[in-house]
Amino acid sequence: MRRAANAVAATIVALAVWQGLIIATGVPRFILPGPALVAETLWTSRALIAHHTMITGIEVLAGLALGAILGGLTAIGLAASPIARNLVRPMLIFSQAVPVFALAPILTLWFGYGIGSKVVMTLLVIYFPVTSAFFDALMRTPQAWIDMARLMGASPARIMRHIRIPAGLPGFASGLRLAAVYAPIGAIIGEWVGASKGLGYLMLLANGRAKTDLMFAALIVLAVCTVLLHAAVDRACRATLDRNA
Amino acid sequence: MSAPGIFLQGHVAIGGAPLVPQITLDVAPGSWTCLLGPSGVGKSTLLRLIAGIADEATLTGTLAASDGAPLRGRVALMAQSDLLLPWLSVLDNVTLGARLRGADTQPERATALLEQVGLIDHAAKRPAQLSGGQRQRAALARTLMEDRPIVLLDEPFSALDARTRAQVQDLTAQLLSNHTVLMVTHDPSEAARLGKAILILNERGLAPWPVPPGAPPRPVDDAKTLEAQGALLAALRAAP
Repeated sequence: MRRAANAVAATIVALAVWQGLIIATGVPRFILPGPALVAETLWTSRALIAHHTMITGIEVLAGLALGAILGGLTAIGLAASPIARNLVRPMLIFSQAVPVFALAPILTLWFGYGIGSKVVMTLLVIYFPVTSAFFDALMRTPQAWIDMARLMGASPARIMRHIRIPAGLPGFASGLRLAAVYAPIGAIIGEWVGASKGLGYLMLLANGRAKTDLMFAALIVLAVCTVLLHAAVDRACRATLDRNA
Repeated sequence: MSAPGIFLQGHVAIGGAPLVPQITLDVAPGSWTCLLGPSGVGKSTLLRLIAGIADEATLTGTLAASDGAPLRGRVALMAQSDLLLPWLSVLDNVTLGARLRGADTQPERATALLEQVGLIDHAAKRPAQLSGGQRQRAALARTLMEDRPIVLLDEPFSALDARTRAQVQDLTAQLLSNHTVLMVTHDPSEAARLGKAILILNERGLAPWPVPPGAPPRPVDDAKTLEAQGALLAALRAAP
């Protein structure tokens, strides 16, 4: 209850500062529209914004799901095999040195102008944090548990399944929480580079036509959706993966 | 079940550095042997060597069971940390070994063991909901579930308060009566109560220590046991 009150208070302060800035500087509305105008545009263009939000939402969720699955499997593979660790880990680190932004045009070329290239972009953005967080957790399994399992006659595969993976799930959850915040960034980058749908496309379009109010409306929707996605992932992780901690 | 003895003779080294002079450890079949000594002298390493999980240490010499059959698969280890998996219920922790081997979990036997250690009402609980003594009894049930004739105990009771410790000691002594037990402990009173044989390991090597009369577990207030406990503590303190 107190947290909700704090959030409302913070919002009111932010809106007041925003409006105050506009009154104080007299900045024209096509440079920085006021909160009232943005709210009005948000309402009048709700169908348009909702349509594009849905497209971006699908990209984000699909990228998140695929990234979580691929990242999870990679982490398990790396943790299970020292050979894989030696071969793949340097490649993983090197891949992080390549700015994903720079890949976006190539992804559009490879996976098309539609939803596919954005899903792949999202996947690329979240793959490393998910893999890294889960892998570290798998490697940190207390040695005493592993020794106990060995003494009980367990094979490495069963130790992975019954001890290391359950013990590493809270780490996987940390990766997913990070991924929930990063995933929309991936989708938006993909849409900026080339798209005809989605919030990123809508923001570029509105900006180009000096409809700054629409751009801000789309931006606010994007931010709110990201916060909601993070909260949902956090809740889901608490209910399932974190019970191991 | 006839439990074999353990015979270990030779030099132990950790990462190439010799641990103690050549030692000869002879644990009698079907009885309880206590191993005492200063911290860091290698008592736990000896247990891990016997258990076959001491990747960090090497033994140059002999390690064998008294009946000539291999030790592998016949040894269980119970440590100071109960090692209960926090995401499993008490019952699932007790049957963990079977699942790790892909074998039948024998739920009836597990339930009977939980009954014996007095945890039957807590079978569905998570370890975090148990007290320290209850957790150690759950670990005991898990160890018994493995049904290994040789049981190695590495200070399993040291984290418990005095009253709980005495109770869990009695229970463990009763349930492990047919097993060959080698217990590492820091506690002279525990050794004096439970040991059929007492050994002291220090920088000079491994040496036997006289055991008080009477069958273990000896009463906590038995005069001879208390006397032995005092003498044992004095010997441990006198060590360099």
